[in-house]
Amino acid sequence: MPLPTGDTIGILADNLRIRHSVLPISAKSATRWARGLNIPKGARTVLYTGMMYQLIPYIAAMGKAQEGIEDSFLVNFIKLGRQVNKVINVSGFMALPSKSMQESYNRILVNIARLLQQAGVQFGYLYEEELYSGALIYDLGVDDVLKAHARKVYDVFKKYGVQNVITVDPHTTNMLRSVYPKLIDGYDLQVQSYLEVLVERGIEPRSRLDLEVVMHDSCVYARYENVLNEQRTLLKNAGVAIKEPADSGKFTLCCGGPAESLYPKKAKERARQRVEQIKQAGAAAGAVTMCPICYVNLQKAARGEVQLEDISNLLTQAYCM
Amino acid sequence: MALVNPDFVNEVKRTEEFNASACMNCGVCSAVCPMGLELLPRKLFRYVLLGLEDKVLANTETIYSCLLCKMCEANCPAQVHIAENVRFLRYYINKKVFKL
Repeated sequence: MPLPTGDTIGILADNLRIRHSVLPISAKSATRWARGLNIPKGARTVLYTGMMYQLIPYIAAMGKAQEGIEDSFLVNFIKLGRQVNKVINVSGFMALPSKSMQESYNRILVNIARLLQQAGVQFGYLYEEELYSGALIYDLGVDDVLKAHARKVYDVFKKYGVQNVITVDPHTTNMLRSVYPKLIDGYDLQVQSYLEVLVERGIEPRSRLDLEVVMHDSCVYARYENVLNEQRTLLKNAGVAIKEPADSGKFTLCCGGPAESLYPKKAKERARQRVEQIKQAGAAAGAVTMCPICYVNLQKAARGEVQLEDISNLLTQAYCM
Repeated sequence: MALVNPDFVNEVKRTEEFNASACMNCGVCSAVCPMGLELLPRKLFRYVLLGLEDKVLANTETIYSCLLCKMCEANCPAQVHIAENVRFLRYYINKKVFKL
């Protein structure tokens, strides 16, 4: 039996409404990546993580728990679990992330901050006051909960006089650049992905990488936000030869990740399909992603057959070392 | 026998962005769907336009399985806002069925 759709969405929406995130994450865990980077709190321009990279280890842990529940008698208890979760943070117990995975995803955020510093961008960070963007709740169509949450996110930016927001992933970019303006009257934030900022700043490589990678574009960057050239420009300038899989660029194939919260098995099947395309394009080269959802979903499906990396790892090697 | 709810399309359509009627039923969306959702969007949107609420609700899993990846939209010759239309249906089901 599949996971009960209404109760699963209900738990996620309750968490956003009550705890301001789809899966509860402590402020300490969410901000750990920024330790020692000397990023000021607040500023006219801020790096907004939207907590996606920090949440992935929790989502992965939850997905594993869900896979065990899907098609078992335990699905019958999800309705009860939703009622309990309103009072006691049950999803917090279910989603205990691995430490090494947290470190790996935090490193991506460190990479991005270092790249922006290298490009001469002055930016702040909202630390424990930063909130999740609500991307998953938007996808699931719980618009009333999302609208109230978006207002809270916007109010925090306004409290610190933020005018420009630099995002780190496609889903958060889409939320702040294309969705929030429809939800909030007078919305006036300028939003760019860090990839766009780096290209605009004309960042110069310090080392040539001389390697090949297969490019896996995010469907949100490609088809919602038209971020297609930046990742190619940055890699090509660093001496990286890009190999395109069968479905690429504007017609990139989704990694299946958006199905993960309700249909983990379907998500895995779609990811496997994409992994096969990547392998055909050149498995030996390895592949780059630029979205935490693509990264985790493809990595799980790749089973070590393809080396996957977040694009920020390569960019840091080329532009910061 | 199908029960027709003549107000169904108006209940689903909260803004002009819901443009299911632009669909000309060519089938490109189904052909390119990475999830292989044959039903989405053409049959499903037609059910909405015809007021066949029961038929739509019987396909809840399909509606929530859509990845919203817009592969269909990128190939749609009629510029149907497929992903947003699907989100409209989710909003409707969340409210009406799941009471969210």
